[in-house]
Amino acid sequence: MVALYCAGIAVLVIVGFLFGRSRAAIAERSEPLHSRPPYHGAYVSICVLLPMLLLLAIGLPIADHLVTSQALHAFDPAVINDDLKRGAALRDIVALAQGRLPGEPSIALRRAADVYVSTHSWTYNLILATGLVFGLLGASFGLRSLSTRFRARNRVERVVKWVLLAAALVAVLTTIGIVFSVLFETVRFFERVSPFEFLFGLQWSPQIAMRADQAGSSGAFGIVPLVVGTLLITTIAMLIAGPIGLFAAIYMAEYASPRFRSFAKPLLEILAGVPTVVLGFFAALTLAPLIREVGESVGLNVASESALAAGIVMGMMIIPFVSSLSDDVINAVPQSLRDGSYAMGSTKSETIKKVILPAAFSGIVSAMMLAISRAVGETMIVVMAAGLAGNLTFNPLQAVTTFTVQIKTILVGDQEFDSAKTLAAFALGFVLFFFTLTLNVIAMQIVKRYREQYD
Amino acid sequence: MNSMVQVKHSEAVGAAPGIGVKPKVIARDVNVYYGEKHALKSVDLDVPERSVTALIGPSGCGKSTFLRCINRMNDTIPIARVTGKIEIDERDIYDPTLDVVQLRARVGMVFQKPNPFPKSIYENVAYGPKIHGFARSKAELDEIVTTSLQKAGLFEEVKDRLNESGTSLSGGQQQRLCIARAIAVSPEVILMDEPCSALDPIATAKIEELMDELRANFTIIIVTHSMQQAARVSQRTAFFHLGILVEEGATETMFTTPRDRRTQDYITGRFG
Repeated sequence: MVALYCAGIAVLVIVGFLFGRSRAAIAERSEPLHSRPPYHGAYVSICVLLPMLLLLAIGLPIADHLVTSQALHAFDPAVINDDLKRGAALRDIVALAQGRLPGEPSIALRRAADVYVSTHSWTYNLILATGLVFGLLGASFGLRSLSTRFRARNRVERVVKWVLLAAALVAVLTTIGIVFSVLFETVRFFERVSPFEFLFGLQWSPQIAMRADQAGSSGAFGIVPLVVGTLLITTIAMLIAGPIGLFAAIYMAEYASPRFRSFAKPLLEILAGVPTVVLGFFAALTLAPLIREVGESVGLNVASESALAAGIVMGMMIIPFVSSLSDDVINAVPQSLRDGSYAMGSTKSETIKKVILPAAFSGIVSAMMLAISRAVGETMIVVMAAGLAGNLTFNPLQAVTTFTVQIKTILVGDQEFDSAKTLAAFALGFVLFFFTLTLNVIAMQIVKRYREQYD
Repeated sequence: MNSMVQVKHSEAVGAAPGIGVKPKVIARDVNVYYGEKHALKSVDLDVPERSVTALIGPSGCGKSTFLRCINRMNDTIPIARVTGKIEIDERDIYDPTLDVVQLRARVGMVFQKPNPFPKSIYENVAYGPKIHGFARSKAELDEIVTTSLQKAGLFEEVKDRLNESGTSLSGGQQQRLCIARAIAVSPEVILMDEPCSALDPIATAKIEELMDELRANFTIIIVTHSMQQAARVSQRTAFFHLGILVEEGATETMFTTPRDRRTQDYITGRFG
């Protein structure tokens, strides 16, 4: 039905466009037009499209609601208020209506399926018919407003603006929606666990709070071990990615010949495209055992899952991120500054150190900040290589755990959605979001503050 | 081989170095190619010491290209290739054993668009002396910065705000800051590539005045689009057209009795 409706829209839009355009073209013979004929055509198309889309957007949910409520009513009015039974009944009704219910249906179910089919067909037909009428009305309205002095160009412009605004709003509203949904669950979590314990507790073991009758069911929700683990891994990652990424960027931007650059740069960016799960098993299966062997050969006690392995691989993951952003920033430093420095008799590295890097400072710092938020939010590598145990340790050779790993661990599998353990995932998510948000704000402030000075 | 070229040159152009001073810069058969493009064709030119030499000509005639040969800034363009010989104080600057970085300390440059570094006014001027280790103490460095700013006629305007960013100055002040930065390393030659083209008439007048003072101590070569400017500031003028050095000589003679038809057409405004 929806496909048919869309086909109807397409036909009416095209016909409306052609009609509007030819009408304007004919009018042009007697008097000059304000807008070119295609704008008149586009205006008629918009007059058709908007009411039809609007009807579909409003009509479909109403029709669906009507169909299900009618069908359920015919089946057994008692189930409507019971979420579980309601869902089950609805599944059966739809399956029967589409002829794929195994076994022999009950009489009530058959009756409900009949109601479902008939309501479904008349509501949808109604939408289809009304839509066509709307489309035709829109077309006639559009065609009637056309005249030689009609400002179709300006009208179309206004619609374009609204469409673009709508697209921007979708992105913004989605973000706000996510933040609020996480926020509400976080508030629910804090009704069960005090924020103080959450933020400053030194022990993290939500697993023991699975069942009420279990021993030690209270659980422990102190995030300090997670903060330490996250920071430890992020620090290791940045110690690797920061210098290597920056130096690679300097080489690419200042020293590399165009030929070398043309193949090395894409190659480096391929590294950014390696799925993190692949990097993860590289960390877990190749690097972690290697670190363990090397550590043991010098007499160190190394866990088989270590912060070091995860940090190193995560550093490799963000190298292209740092280098690509820094490269752009360095290239954006005006050539005239380089010329000025060379003309003073300074060497390339003096120019880079004293002129280019200070001029690109703000951009490089923000590149680092963005890289850090990437590292903090990265999940797959740490899941596979860093471990699950919430050890409170600064030793990179021990297994540690991070925010992302714990969120994943808590939500994987069958969960009750109102236990403190599950809700803890939202609280963790909120803290994580808050952290990366802060980093981004700091990065933006740095960029703003230093950019004015250097442009 | 080289001496033969020189002999041939002096016969052809008949130009002994001007105004009875020994030439500071000598160019012989200089050719520049940008990839396939032959941008500068067999240029011979003598630049006398402690004077202002103006390079004039229509856009794309090769005058800036020639200027950038004298401190080897063309080296920074990967596709550029220079042949021929340029000597400063009878030393070939394209000699492979010559240190380009040292050369550029001796041959300063001021660019078309003022390009102060994104640092304080003080740091801009101190940049060169610091790199080349000219100052042994902070006091010496202060001294160099002050005298350089004074010579560039900027000191009085900025003495109370030496720690402010160089980019906060006006365009004319920025250009004088760049001149101060260039003279802080005491070069022997200063190259100026249309130094006033981004400036208003008052700032231009200041820079021109400054050039007149600077020629007491420096050899200045200036590329300019303005023939009035060439007439005002220079003692000698060289006219370039389509990559060829058409004519060169004392500025006064050039502007009153040009020998070549093309020079005459250009300075009377018939093309360019």
